[in-house]
Amino acid sequence: MTVLVLLENEAGQIRQASLAAVTAGIKLGEVHALVCGDKTLAETAAKIPGIAKVLHAGDEAVAHELAEPLADLIVSLAGDYSHIVTAASAIGKNVAPRAAALLDVQPIPDVIAIESADTFVRPIYAGNALATVRSADAKKVLTVRSANFDAAPAEGGNAEIISVAATPASDTSRFVSVALSDSDRPELESARVIVSGGRGMQSEEGFKTLDPLADKLGAAIGASRAAVDSGYVPNEYQVGQTGKIVAPELYIAIGISGAIQHLAGMKDSRIIVAINKDAEAPIFQVADYGLVGDLFEIVPQLTEAL
Amino acid sequence: MKILVPVKRVVDYNIRVRVKADGTGVETNGLKMSMNPFDEIAVEEAVRLKEKGIATEVVVVSIGEPKAQDTLRTAMAMGADRGILLTTDNSPEPLAVAKLLKEIVARETPDLVILGKQAIDDDMNATGQMLAGLLGWPQGTFASKLEQIDGRLQVSREIDGGTETVSLALPAIITADLRLNEPRYASLPNIMKAKKKPLETMEAASLGVDIAPRLTVVSVAEPAERKAGITVGSVAELVEKLRNEAKVI
Ligand SMILES: Cc1cc2nc3c(=O)[nH]c(=O)nc-3n(C[C@H](O)[C@H](O)[C@H](O)COP(=O)(O)OP(=O)(O)OC[C@H]3O[C@@H](n4cnc5c(N)ncnc54)[C@H](O)[C@@H]3O)c2cc1C
Ligand SMILES: Nc1ncnc2c1ncn2[C@@H]1O[C@H](COP(=O)(O)O)[C@@H](O)[C@H]1O
Repeated sequence: MTVLVLLENEAGQIRQASLAAVTAGIKLGEVHALVCGDKTLAETAAKIPGIAKVLHAGDEAVAHELAEPLADLIVSLAGDYSHIVTAASAIGKNVAPRAAALLDVQPIPDVIAIESADTFVRPIYAGNALATVRSADAKKVLTVRSANFDAAPAEGGNAEIISVAATPASDTSRFVSVALSDSDRPELESARVIVSGGRGMQSEEGFKTLDPLADKLGAAIGASRAAVDSGYVPNEYQVGQTGKIVAPELYIAIGISGAIQHLAGMKDSRIIVAINKDAEAPIFQVADYGLVGDLFEIVPQLTEAL
Repeated sequence: MKILVPVKRVVDYNIRVRVKADGTGVETNGLKMSMNPFDEIAVEEAVRLKEKGIATEVVVVSIGEPKAQDTLRTAMAMGADRGILLTTDNSPEPLAVAKLLKEIVARETPDLVILGKQAIDDDMNATGQMLAGLLGWPQGTFASKLEQIDGRLQVSREIDGGTETVSLALPAIITADLRLNEPRYASLPNIMKAKKKPLETMEAASLGVDIAPRLTVVSVAEPAERKAGITVGSVAELVEKLRNEAKVI
């Protein structure tokens, strides 16, 4: 079996989430990686161990990984593959179902475990149940969660690079711009430690209380939807059913009540710490270590003590 | 501009479902059902476009059991003009839903279809993209802002690293993210009025589309429970535990 894995790029780098997709792909068969954009990205991809071949699409049409041209490209390549795998990321979730529809396949999103070539485990109902599903489709189209597969190493391989041509983009969908938050912190999906704040942070200013703590821990910063909706932080910080799914070694939830939709995004973290002034907050039911009290007193003390 | 909004009836988002003892699925009997929260946002956006004079008609469609008509009535109470119900015995997969919606699009010829980004029961996040693929239309998924500029739609999309903006020609598919708008509550007079709005019901099977499932559910299980943790009394104790017991710092 040969598996096509889409490697996404962002700001000139291959995304961490795609490295996890490579690991998932290797479990299924020989991996060929599809890379759009600059040639240097294809060269980076060729070094990832376990990739047998890199398909490089350098055309402008797919440079921004828009779903319409990218799905067409994937479909044009699909004939050779038993499985098409992408990360369960914004790009993967945008393109994989479109490509699947064109292939008359029911996609299998958010795979957390691979049981066999046709049987996969995926969460439903915000992770309150895990469904094992078997696909009857001839080809399988999957998106996989990066929290459940180790990232493939970046170095050690030496794959052949071949170019593939995308059909010129139609004008019906046009890329206009992208605004990426520039931060020196690690990506949420791959961070070892995450410090996450909720409505309890009270304001944009208040949320900054977390910065020194995250600095000390080398942590990524996450947030609940309430914190995002209240404008304390941008949307890409959101952890949960409809935000990012994370599973770091250490997740510190601060001023977050622990709604099911938030837990859906972080309850597979190895160690969970909850800091909340309400001893009854549901977050304490999933926390390994809970500390009840005012976060504006506790967070500076904790930062100091580390 | 005519807008079609597919809405799904799902277990209310406040309810935590339980897995059936025999592991064949989740228990949904007797649970409170509501409109999928993302679909409320989709309906709200369509109704706002109508209020702004950009849209001329908002048609809502639901596929599922006959009770899904309650969901359509709710959407009409929010301001949708009429509803279409396609009845099925079971809950079809996104591929089947997309195929059925394609037939409805052929009949209704909307300029825009706004779906929710994801149904909170199956958490597929697929139907809108699949419908766009089947129709060959452009797609603006995970939308947090829509604007009409020079006859095209400018869409702000929530992506992993921030926000992306794309411009789409009509007809197009949009899927609504949480921050697109805050849906209204239907007022009592509007709920009454919605009861008189037209609602057409037909069997999904009558559309002649193959909706047989492609996925077989082998089993459904509860996720592993986290074992109960402890409450620490001080910051010092927390740091000590993280260092020496959990060994994460
Ligand atoms: C369809 C849908 C999808 C959703 N998806 C997501 C998602 O992906 N992610 C997500 O997070 N939410 C999501 N939500 C929202 C979710 O239901 C909750 O509303 C949200 O998670 C609440 O955020 P919060 O815990 O920060 O706020 P709250 O529930 O308001 O909790 C704030 C907490 O802060 C504590 N606090 C306040 N002040 C202090 C202080 N000084 N010191 C210590 N503690 C303090 C309070 O005791 C309280 O427990 C979704 C909702 C819907 C309907
Ligand atoms: N049975 C259905 N009836 C109507 N709309 C649906 C149905 N299933 C899915 N949808 C639409 O497709 C969106 C995404 O659903 P899903 O791909 O299942 O996560 C939903 O938010 C709805 O707008």
